[in-house]
Amino acid sequence: MSLLEREVPGVVMTPDNIRSRKLPVIVNVLVAVAAFAVAAVIVLGAGIGNWVLVAVIGLILYLVGLNIAASRVEGRRAARNRTMQALIYSACVLAVLPLASVVWTLLSKGLERLDGAFFGTSMNNIGARDPEGGAYHAIIGTLEQVGIATLIAVPLGVLGAIYLVEYGRGRFANTVRFFVDVMTGIPSIVAGLFILSFWVLIVSPWFNDGNPRFSGFAAALALTVLMLPTIVRSTEEMLRLVPGPLREGSYALGVPQWKTILKVVLPTALPGIVTGVMLAIARAAGETAPVLLVAGGAAAINFDPFAGNQQSLALFVYQQAGDASRYAPARAWTAALTLVALVLILTIAAKLLARRNKLSR
Amino acid sequence: MGEYPSRSVNATAGDSGVTSGYARGAGSGVSPSSYQEPPLGGGSALPKKTRFSVETGFRGLSTAAGAMVLVIIIAIAVFLVSKAVPALQANTANFLTEKTWFPNDAEPVFGIAALAFGTVLSSIIALIVAVPIALAIALFLSHYAPRRLATPLGFVIDLLAAVPSVVFGLWGRDVLQVPVRNFSVWLNEYFGWLPIFGGEGPFGQSIMLGGLVLAIMVLPIVTSLSREVFQQTPGMNEEAALALGATRWEMIRTAVLPYGKPGVIAAVMLGLGRALGETIALALTLGITFNISFNLIENGGNSIAANIANTFGEANATGRGALIASGLVLFAITLVVNMTARAIIYRRREFRDSAA
Repeated sequence: MSLLEREVPGVVMTPDNIRSRKLPVIVNVLVAVAAFAVAAVIVLGAGIGNWVLVAVIGLILYLVGLNIAASRVEGRRAARNRTMQALIYSACVLAVLPLASVVWTLLSKGLERLDGAFFGTSMNNIGARDPEGGAYHAIIGTLEQVGIATLIAVPLGVLGAIYLVEYGRGRFANTVRFFVDVMTGIPSIVAGLFILSFWVLIVSPWFNDGNPRFSGFAAALALTVLMLPTIVRSTEEMLRLVPGPLREGSYALGVPQWKTILKVVLPTALPGIVTGVMLAIARAAGETAPVLLVAGGAAAINFDPFAGNQQSLALFVYQQAGDASRYAPARAWTAALTLVALVLILTIAAKLLARRNKLSR
Repeated sequence: MGEYPSRSVNATAGDSGVTSGYARGAGSGVSPSSYQEPPLGGGSALPKKTRFSVETGFRGLSTAAGAMVLVIIIAIAVFLVSKAVPALQANTANFLTEKTWFPNDAEPVFGIAALAFGTVLSSIIALIVAVPIALAIALFLSHYAPRRLATPLGFVIDLLAAVPSVVFGLWGRDVLQVPVRNFSVWLNEYFGWLPIFGGEGPFGQSIMLGGLVLAIMVLPIVTSLSREVFQQTPGMNEEAALALGATRWEMIRTAVLPYGKPGVIAAVMLGLGRALGETIALALTLGITFNISFNLIENGGNSIAANIANTFGEANATGRGALIASGLVLFAITLVVNMTARAIIYRRREFRDSAA
């Protein structure tokens, strides 16, 4: 009659299953050992692969064995739970392996050329047989390009976010908001092509006797295109976190809206905005493709971002990676280590700043 | 706005403030020291808007900055088209179906077919590898790991998203290539009867290597986005499932996954957008060829973005135009993918806000 009396195995509470039996840990370990042993015997005995295959087959056997053992002791549903948990844990381990390898390679290969000459010299007059050479010019280029891009993108991005939060109403604001989100996904190479066709091929001939010219400034413009949506998004989120009563208090004192925004809203949201800007800078500093297309890369030091080719750290890594010289890979890895260190320091600083921010959670 | 005050023109309730705003010269603005007294009484109790005030200027400035985003997106399309059209007109082959890429010849012959195919294939491989692992990590971080482990691990995942793609490309070429080659030889020996694992070699710089490197790069994005979605699952739903006797996996399957599905789809689409546009990592790992082949392990493969990076150096005017045309195709593809993803997120947000 009632639902309770229907026989559904494993669901109805009877004295037998109201306190469920647990699979002992020792059984779990035994299943694992047995699975890997069987896998080793199969693989190495038949000679069809090495220890990687042993690990893969062992894992599969372990999951199957665990499922069987657990369903005998705990029931089918608990067994499924156990298997999925083991699967999720092993996926995490699997994901950590390549990442650990990246870090290890960066450190082991990157420390080889990490010396004063690397940071003090450029690649000017460095031939294929010279082990010297450094990334001074690339570091200068990265700092100048990212600096200019920040100078352009930050005011524009913050003002855009102010529009979205404080002024924007209706369809136009929603369109802008939507396309800011879409713009975050624009490939960096497309931004590079845009600046190539707009600045390098059309605008720069006006300043250079009709000849198109690569420049660090063009790279800065491309990086601006990439940074702008990130800055707008993060600033918008931060401005929305500013409590409404702060604004209303200011209005009640007769302060006009623009002054309220500049003197009350922005200072309150400042730490969060700085965090977003730093993350955008970190992302821009690592971009290779746009710099390759519009700054051209150079071997010599060029302090002037408005004239002539300029190098950047990311581009330096790419060019050294493609260089045939047997000293090039060491330079590439050291530059990669420098780049990662720069980017990670910025990112970590930004995250720590975000943690001290009282507005966000 | 502000030019015709709608309600206080005739409200002359004994004050001169109503019209005093118009007596000022254009652009004089309202400086803090001489901020005019709000007129008293009637409909003019609020401060009046002057025709040209700092307020209007600031509002205009921020509106212009907001509109800048739309301007840039439109400008990207316009300038790419303007540079691509001459090259497309000089092309002697069909741009959409031609596989080869010789835009620098006197008789330019180039087409997007092989490049677009390689772009999509490598991205799909990346997603097939990365999405299940990313979802598992996201579930681990949101529902399995103790908080003391989940916070630093989530932090590390966010850091990984910031590592430049050129570093992953370099690692893929210098480190991952050897194991992938060994794996390819093994696959070819035992599964060579499958077309995707066939061929005589050489192996290594294959679409599989490129796809795996892309997978590692897409992983952090998909993970952190779907972790956020999973964490937003209403606690009530989870507790209700657990109270009904569900195991932890059943709780995830019945409460967390259905709730997070649109968000996960959007996260995957955003990951796809990033994989499609990835340039340098693929330029370093793929063995550039111009043909359409489903073989995953033989040297070969190409993508739109990698081709731009590789051949830009030798390109003449037509060659640059051809590369810009291919970039336009990439722009269109990623725009569609990203807009779809964002539309899903927006619909979900409205749904969530109205349900709350």
